[in-house]
This record gives sequence, C-alpha cells and structure tokens, in this order.
Amino acid sequence: MNATARRPRKVVIAGYGMAGARLAENIRARDPRGERLSVTVVGAERHAAYNRVLLSSVVAGTLPRDAVTLHPESWAAEHDVTLRVGATVRGIDTAARTVSVHDPGGGPTALDYDALVLAQGSSPWIPPVDGLVHEDGSLAPGVCAFRTLDDCEEIAGRARAGTPVAVLGGGLLGIEAARGLAGRGCRVTVVHPHSHVMERQLDRGAGDVLAGTLAGYGIEFRTGTTAARYVPGDGVKLDDGGYVPADLVVVSAGVRPETGLAASAGLAVDRGILVDDCMRTSDPRVHAIGDCAQHPGTPPGLVQPAWDQAGVLADLLTGADSAGRYRGTAAVTRLKASGVDLASFGDVGSEPDSPEAEVVCLNDPARGRYAKLVLRDDLVTGGVLLGVPDAAANVAHHYTHRTPAPADRLAFLLGRALPEEAVRAPSPASMPGSVTVCECNNVPKSGLVDAWRRGARSVAGLAEATRATTGCGSCTGLVRGIADWLESTE
Amino acid sequence: MQTDQPAEVQAAALGSARTHCPYCALQCGMSVEATQGAVTVAPREFPTNGGGLCQKGWTSAALLDSPARLTTPLVRERGQLHPAGWDEALDTVAARLGRIGAEHGADAVGVFGGGGLTNEKCYALGKFARVALGTANIDYNGRFCMSSAAAAGTRAFGMDRGMPFPVTDLADADAILLAGANPVETMPPFAQHLSGASGCEGLVVVDPRRTPTAARANLHLQPAPGTDLALALGILHAAVAEGHLDTEYVRTRTDEFDPAWQQAASWWPERVERITGVAAADQRRAAAMLSGARNAYVLTARGTEQHADGTDTVSGWINLALALGLPGRAGSGYGCLTGQGNGQGGREHGQKSDQLPGYRRIDDAASREHVARQWGIAPDELPGAGPSAYELLDALGTEHGVKALLVFGSNVAVSAPGADRVTNRLAELDFLAVADIVLSETAAMADVVFPVTQWAEEDGTMTNLEGRVLLRRKAVDPPAGVRSDLEVLGGLATRLGRPPEAFPCEPQRVFDELRRVSAGGVADYSGITYERLRDGVALHWPVPDTDHPGTPRPFLDRFAHPDGRARFVPVTYSGPAEETDEDYPLLATTGRLLAHYQSGAQTRNVDELMAVDGEMFVEVHPDTARRFDLSDGEAATVTSRRGTVHAVVRCVASMRMDTVFLPFHFPDDNRANLVTSTALDPVSGMPEFKVCAVRLGRHRGTGRQASARQEVA
Ligand SMILES: Cc1cc2nc3c(=O)[nH]c(=O)nc-3n(C[C@H](O)[C@H](O)[C@H](O)COP(=O)(O)OP(=O)(O)OC[C@H]3O[C@@H](n4cnc5c(N)ncnc54)[C@H](O)[C@@H]3O)c2cc1C
Ligand code: SF4
Repeated sequence: MNATARRPRKVVIAGYGMAGARLAENIRARDPRGERLSVTVVGAERHAAYNRVLLSSVVAGTLPRDAVTLHPESWAAEHDVTLRVGATVRGIDTAARTVSVHDPGGGPTALDYDALVLAQGSSPWIPPVDGLVHEDGSLAPGVCAFRTLDDCEEIAGRARAGTPVAVLGGGLLGIEAARGLAGRGCRVTVVHPHSHVMERQLDRGAGDVLAGTLAGYGIEFRTGTTAARYVPGDGVKLDDGGYVPADLVVVSAGVRPETGLAASAGLAVDRGILVDDCMRTSDPRVHAIGDCAQHPGTPPGLVQPAWDQAGVLADLLTGADSAGRYRGTAAVTRLKASGVDLASFGDVGSEPDSPEAEVVCLNDPARGRYAKLVLRDDLVTGGVLLGVPDAAANVAHHYTHRTPAPADRLAFLLGRALPEEAVRAPSPASMPGSVTVCECNNVPKSGLVDAWRRGARSVAGLAEATRATTGCGSCTGLVRGIADWLESTE
Repeated sequence: MQTDQPAEVQAAALGSARTHCPYCALQCGMSVEATQGAVTVAPREFPTNGGGLCQKGWTSAALLDSPARLTTPLVRERGQLHPAGWDEALDTVAARLGRIGAEHGADAVGVFGGGGLTNEKCYALGKFARVALGTANIDYNGRFCMSSAAAAGTRAFGMDRGMPFPVTDLADADAILLAGANPVETMPPFAQHLSGASGCEGLVVVDPRRTPTAARANLHLQPAPGTDLALALGILHAAVAEGHLDTEYVRTRTDEFDPAWQQAASWWPERVERITGVAAADQRRAAAMLSGARNAYVLTARGTEQHADGTDTVSGWINLALALGLPGRAGSGYGCLTGQGNGQGGREHGQKSDQLPGYRRIDDAASREHVARQWGIAPDELPGAGPSAYELLDALGTEHGVKALLVFGSNVAVSAPGADRVTNRLAELDFLAVADIVLSETAAMADVVFPVTQWAEEDGTMTNLEGRVLLRRKAVDPPAGVRSDLEVLGGLATRLGRPPEAFPCEPQRVFDELRRVSAGGVADYSGITYERLRDGVALHWPVPDTDHPGTPRPFLDRFAHPDGRARFVPVTYSGPAEETDEDYPLLATTGRLLAHYQSGAQTRNVDELMAVDGEMFVEVHPDTARRFDLSDGEAATVTSRRGTVHAVVRCVASMRMDTVFLPFHFPDDNRANLVTSTALDPVSGMPEFKVCAVRLGRHRGTGRQASARQEVA
C-alpha cells in the first residue's frame, strides 16, 4: 500500500454464520488486498463457518460434517481477515464506536469499528415444557435443539436404529429432522400444536397429504396438541393426555432472531433488528443482515435473502457500487426431505372460489400429490406443489421471474404427471404425412408414401429412394412400420 | 439444379476416392465417384458414421459444380469486384500487405483462419503469419466454437483432446449425459452411438430446448439459457450428498476436490432449481443415473460452452465426471463434441493466437526455441501471443487494431457475435483479402478474393472429434482458375521475399513439415504419415513415431499433467452477462439446423438443403407469441441492445416461455448474430452466443401467411 493511501476503514462483523461468512468473502472479492477495508469477524461458534442449510443432510447421515464447512481453516489468513472463533460480542458502544468481545476463557477486549455488521442469525425457541431445561437454562439430557453443527452431531450420536424420538414442532425444520431420523431407522413422532403440519407454508389440504406421505416412512403425528412434560429416559407427556416415548427429543419449535445485543445498545428492533434498503439499522454505522435482520418485504429465516443482503452490503461498504440497494427477495420454500418433493411460495391461502384470484387445485392424496396454483392477471402469485417435482420447478421459476403462466393451466400444474396418452406417439396409419420420419435426411411420411407408390416396396427400396434410415438408422423400425401399414392397405 | 454458368467439374483420373464429408467433425466416411463430369457421393463404412450420412453429406457434391462457385480471383476497382488474373491478385495483396506492414509495423496485418481448413492449411497459415508477415495477430473462428472446452480440458487433464476415446466406445455405455449438444439434428449418424445408453434408459440431455436429441432422452433437463453452470453444480452436489462420490478414484487420480466441493456445497439442488428451473428431483435422478451405470460418459458441446462463463461451465461438468470417477477409466469418460470439420486439428497447429504447432504454447521458451529452429528463424523473431478472435475483429481498423486482414475459411460477417459491429469494423480496414470457395458475405466486402479448392479437389488431413487423423483424398480436379489455399500462401510468401521451399504447395510436403514441427509437442503427429493413413491405420494423436500405434485412449494410466493426476477446478455460478428486463423480457439462444452448416455459406448454395430450411425463423412458445401479438408464420423482429434480426415466427409448444431460438445460418438482416452478446469468457475468449436479452416485434415488411408445407396423410 502506498504511503498516501488512506487508512483502511475498520469493519467488524458479529457472527460467522452464513451471512457473516458471505459478507467477508464478498468484501474481499471487491477489495482483495484490503486497501479499503480491514475486516474482523467474531463468531460465537467454535467452528469455521459452515453451511447451515445442509445440516438436515448431516442429521440424515448423507453428508459427513466436514462436507458442510464453507471455508477451509486457512481461509481467513489467506484473505487478510482477522477471525476470532469461539468469541462473542457482548456489548456495543455506539457513541464510542467500540464493541466488547469475549474470547473463550479470556476477559472482555474492546474493538473499534468504523462500520459494525450484526450477522447473528437466530436462535431456537425452547417452548416452556416442564423438564426440558435445567435451572441454569441448559437443555436436559436427551434434549437437542436443531440449529448448529454441534446440535446435529449430538442428534446423530443419539439416533440409532429403533431409537424412539419425539420431534417438538412440525414446521419446515421439524419435518426435515423427522424425515432424516426416520431414514436412520428411528421411531419418530412429531408433536405439532396446529391442526396441520407446516401451517406457515401449507394450506390444510397440502398439510394432510404431506402427513400422509410421511406416515408412509413410518413417521407418526400428534397434531393439535403440545408437549406438557418431559421425563428423561421415558418420554413426553402431551397436553391432551397422550404420551410419546422418547430417548431423544429434538426441539424445532421455531426460531427467534437474535435481537438482544442490538436492543441493549438502543437500536430499533421489532421481531428482528430493523433495517432499510442499505441494511442500515437505526444507527447509520451499524448494519444487520441475515436471520437477525428484519427488512420489509423479506421473509424471515431463509438463506437467499441473507446472501443477497451480504452482496449489497459489500458493494456499499467497499464503494464498489454505492447505489446498491436491497429490495427484497421472492421466497420459495423447498422442503429437503428424501422422497418428498414440496415447494411452497407466495399466497397459498386463496381457495378455488376466491373472487380476487384464479385458483387451480388438484388433490390426489392416494398418490401423495397436491397441487395448487394461484394467479392474478396471468402471473403466478402463489402455489403449493407436492409430489409433482418438475411442475414445482417450473411454476416456481415463473413465480420468481414473473413470467406469465402458459394458457394451459392444467398442463402447467401437472408437468410430466400429464397422462401418457397425451404425449404418446401416433401410429404409422394415423400420423400426419408432414411428420418427419427420418430426421437425418428430412424424409416426411408423405415422402415414403410417394416412394412406395412409385414402386419402392421394401425398407431397402424406401431407403434407396428416399435416403430414410441412412443416417443414424434409428428410424428403421418406424419405416418398417410404415411399409407394413402400406402393404396392409394395398 | 439451375446452371447458369456451371463450373466445369473434371473427374480426376482417380475413379472413386475414399474420403470424408466436407462438413462437420464427425467426418463421416464417404466415397466420391466422378464420372463424365457428374460427381456422386455415397456413404462408406467408417467407425464414426457406421455407414450413414446426413442430408448435408448426401448433397455435398452439389457444391462442387454450384453456379455460386468462384472460379477466378476478384479485385476491387472503383468500388466493384472485377475478375482478375492470379498474378494481379497475388501482386496486389502482397504489395498492400507489404506496404501496410512497413508503414504501421508488422502487427498492422492480421490473419483470420477457420476450423474447417485442413491441418496442412492451418499449419501453413500460422507459419505464414509468424514468419512471412511477422505478426502476432492471428486467430480463427474456433474461438467461437471449441475454445472453452479446450481451456477447461487443459486445466483438468493437462491436455485437450475433444474426446479422449474412440466414439464407438460410447456404444457400451449405459448412461450418457449430453450437455448442450444436439447431435441427432446436427450430426445425425452420431446418434447411433447413443442407442446403447438410451436402450438402458440412461440418456440424459441438458438443453433449454426440446431438440430432436432431447426428445430421445430418457431424462431431459431444460434449464433456463445461461444457467448451465448452476445445473452442473447442482448435479455434483446431489451426487456427493447422495453418497455417489468415488472417493477411491478421487484420492488416487485427482487433486483439488476439497476446494471444488466447497463451491459446489453452496449449490444444493433446491437452490439450483430456482435458478435453472430444473427440478431438484431431476438433478438427483441425473446424478443417480450416471453413478448407477456400469459405464457412463459426460459429453459437452456448444450449448453449454458458448457463454461468458463457458470455461467454468465445462469445468463444472468435468468436476462432475471426476467426482463419479469417469475420466481415464476404460468404458467411461468425459468428452467434448467438436463441431467444425477440423475443429480439433484447427486448434493444434498454430492458427490460434497463443499457440504454436503441436499444441505448444507460444509463451513457452522451449517451444519457441524448437519451432523457431524448425522454421529457420531466431526465437526472438517469433511474435508473441496476440488477441483472441473477437478482440482481434473488434479492433479492426482502429488505432490499435490491424489495418489489413487476410481471411481463410471463415465468414465472420455472419458468424461473429455482434455481427453488425464486426461488419462495420471490416469496412474500416484499409485492406481486406479473403480466400473462399463462394462469394461469402465476408468475401463480398473484400478488396481481393481468391477462389480456392475444396474438399474433394485436394488431398489433406483432418483431425476428427475423437482426435483421429484422417486423410481426405482428391477425387476430382478443381475447376479451372481455382487454386489451393496452400498455393495462395506460397504465392504470397514468395512475393513477400520468403524462399519458395519454406512454403511448399503440396499437401503431403506441408504435412511432413508439420510432423517434424509437432514432434515432442502435446499433439505429436510425427509418427503419422500419408502412407499409414492411406492404409487405413486408425491413428489418434499423439503418435510419436512411425511404429507407434496411436493413442486412442490417452488417459487410461495417467492424465497429461506432469504428475499424471487430474485436477478439479473450483468454480461457482454468477449468471449470464445480460439479464432480461422490461424492455428485453425474453432470452434468445442460437444454434444449428440439420440442413445447414455454420454461417451457411456452403449449404445455402445447395438447393435441396434450402428446400428444407430456406428462410430464417424464430422458434417461440405459442403463448409467448400471442403475448407479442404474433402468430405462426408471421414476419417478426427480434431485437436486443445490439441490433434487430428479421425472422418468421415458428410456434413450438415445447419451447420455454421465456426463451426464443434463432438459427445462425442466414445472411444479411437474417443474421442471428446481429443480436448476440459480445461478452467474452475471460479465460477462453469465447463469446456468449447462447444467451442474450431480446424482445419480439412485428415486422412491417412482407409476412408469410401460411406454412408452405403440405399436409399429406
Ligand atoms: C437445519 C436447518 C436447515 C435449513 N434449511 C434451509 C433451507 O433449506 N433453505 C433456506 O433458505 N434456509 C434454510 N435454513 C435457514 C438458514 O440456515 C438461515 O437462514 C441462515 O443460516 C441465516 O444465516 P445467518 O448468518 O443470518 O445466521 P446463522 O447462520 O445462524 O449465523 C449466525 C452466527 O452468528 C453467531 N453469533 C450470534 N451472536 C453472536 C455474537 N454476539 N457474537 C459472535 N457471534 C454471534 C452464531 O453463533 C452463528 O454462528 C435452515 C436452517 C437450519 C437450522
Ligand atoms: S455433416 Fe457431419 S454428420 Fe453430416 S454427413 Fe457430414 S460429417 Fe456426417
């Protein structure tokens, strides 16, 4: 760096999760030599950043824990980033522009910042169930949350074939955990307070079909009831008097954005830390991104918004694009559960008799299929697609990109699930004369018919007269079929 | 055929010649029979075509006596091209090139070659540029074709040989993934090699369009144009997450898996689905089909390569193949389907700006030393690396660009991206000379045009898509007044003061020199002789000596990096250079048709092919057409930020609604490349032909009302 260059501005990132790690990467992609910004990342977990989204695969046992790390150990040093893992930001002094950091085993140290970024994610909400937590707030033996790599290792360590497991909460994460554990051979029961699972993303019909599909994998459901008491080594007693045996209890009852630190520093918080399109909090030198941030028009708890926000904030902090703004992300929820294909997005509550929207709905519980499409002015505004994977991909793509839906709504909704007759090839007799039989030599059926009438009365003769079959040869069967048909009509 | 002034075709006293098709890289075996002025073509049994020919091959003789054929040099006077004698034409070109070089420096003269030229011509062209002209400015249209696959292949394997196995090996595969390849339409006889896989329900085709190839697939993945890399990452992710990683192979034969996985780990199938529109379940199914197969191949072609991230995209597919343990294993592998007739050989012998014969790097001291010694010049007389094709063309006539250009075997006015801009740049040149068989759109702009020989009129070698060197044999004498490209180069070189023996005109002598110069290089041809080729020996390079049997499968024991190991390359997806917006809401992608080849300069002169596809069209989903107030058969305009192309609407129900397709074989207002993007791949210099943002409009000219084809049941 030359002597006249300005001292790089100090950026402190609190949180080395998916958002914090991505922000550090994005900053270094735009300022590779650290000329504009110095970067310190403080992360409370004792690991290098990892991909939280893939934790369901770790629980299911399909990915080893090493496979989910986002950065190799050497990453920070190679990218001129100061990294403090296992350390926690405990306080912010917005006037002095310092944070106090607690390293593992050490006392608090103060760190100056020019810009502070809160990327603290969210933490699992532990419902008030007797016996679930000790006096000191730690979880009772056999109880695990489902948020961190450590949680997953503990779950995986306790989950043996035949182990009875209670999953508290049948939301997206609870279902993913349940499916993964069922795949390991555990006897899984999901306890869910609402009348159908994943009620935030699914309407009743879809929730019921989903529960049916999961029942096929041996998962049991107790809906409309909550856990009342946990007895270690025994199981969970329910509000409705029921009982679920459990050697392992996985708590997936929802998450709460981490707002405590921000609130105690006087920053405006609601459900999450309030931010504008520049990811600024109520203090212009403090930013928040990811699960802990609350941005109007952004659904909570998904990684794509977190990454989009990290990109915009890196543009702003480095000056790579000072006009960059984050305008929200259209969210599509996809369940990652082996053998179950579910997508949900936008307005899923409208019913076919809705006066405002056009709603197409198909319910096929016997085959585990449920599909609902909600449209306004030809644009997809919502959908639930269960058991129709290719249609789900296509409909969600139209939703995300705001491309008008095809006129044939049913074909759109069904994708490859369309009845086979609709796409089956016609017979030699019924196919139109203009259909190309030999692609290699552009020979239409009518060309073969003409050649036949002029005297080419065999496959070889037709080949000689028209060149059909002399390219790749794959139409030989069809040419023979046409020859047979012509012969039969003589 | 209408024959206003038929060029006289003279049957050489050769009877029937065993040769190969003039067009694509499959180089189907054919025999050419010349009797009493009539020339006929018949398919010949050869491994690549199994005795088949496509319609282009069947009709290729029509080009020999086409009235469009040039039979005399043309020189421009007072704005018009006039017939001229050979000496006049050669003198003019030599004088102009000499003067421009003397005035502005040797680099003011440029050379542009082609992937359809024989190895001999490619070699001679590279030598001519470096030795006779002393310019660094030489490149060729293969940049628009193979360069991304070549760069990625070299990164991964240490060597780029399109298919490092004979194409007949494919027949034994029970799964094949074709990414961005449409061989059923563009090289139909190739399709027979896919029947093993499709018979086992194992053919996966990745293509935004439902092409004839995709229609034959057991699984068609239809990503949004420009998102191929995301899809490759998603399938790799699925393969690893579902436990299909071949850990033993990865450990013993490859390096750098971890960094590559660290990128792919962020591309889980559900995330990829949102970008590509390809169902996560289908990504998993593709991974399972490939990994569950006894023998499997991953093959790529232009659809996935012609992107501003084309090199990384190919690396993405190669990473997948490596993770599954395919390359360098008997019966499995990764390969790239070369498109142009000599796309493979064309990139090996020095017409590429950064290369010297034998696939040597021009910036490597030992290579420079070797080649300079063979050419009788000092190493520092040898120019360095020049710009890539589009950069060369984009600077024509500018302060820093070349002022005079020689073009051989390429029709850049139609085939280059942003064609209008390239046409304007060509017009800015002080001097343009073109060698072609017909008056192509580029030739029509030239100051001097040389009429040159074509396939059946000369001997020459081609290197097909599997790296096998073939001898094309002369079957007929060229029309009077036509000379070979080698003679043109020889004539110019002597006029520029080079000794005639340095630029011989007999193909075999040129080939013998190429053999010597390539010796010791990656693409070592030294053991290949015309005699061995005439005897029908199957010689896949490298062939280091005349007893060597050739190398059909070079990677079985080791890859070509010094340590013998393959490399994963960490790649990640960032999206196409241009996105849709309100003004340009659709994506356009471009490609080839069965009946035409490349810019169409040849095939548009064959009546039978024009009867199949004689006019420019745009394929559109019927709902999309309706949205733009268009219907089937109507004349439309397709407009991007760079220009407008005129095309007739063809409604095709299998099109994605956000995508239109344009074939790139047609000239003038119908050039698809008027709209294509000029964004380049930073590694390979490949332009982004396969995706740009467009809108549709109504063309106020004459519309075609109804389909010309008759319905006959
Ligand atoms: C099992 C599972 C599956 C998921 N699947 C999906 C999915 O399929 N799709 C999807 O979009 N999303 C999914 N999510 C959600 C996704 O993981 C989150 O949206 C994403 O991780 C948010 O990133 P973040 O950086 O904001 O928070 P996090 O990744 O949670 O990172 C926050 C980090 O900050 C640390 N931290 C907190 N406070 C402090 C402090 N004071 N000092 C220092 N460090 C601190 C925390 O320990 C943590 O490491 C899933 C989540 C889980 C748990
Ligand atoms: S164009 Fe290609 S596929 Fe067709 S005949 Fe010629 S070499 Fe064969």
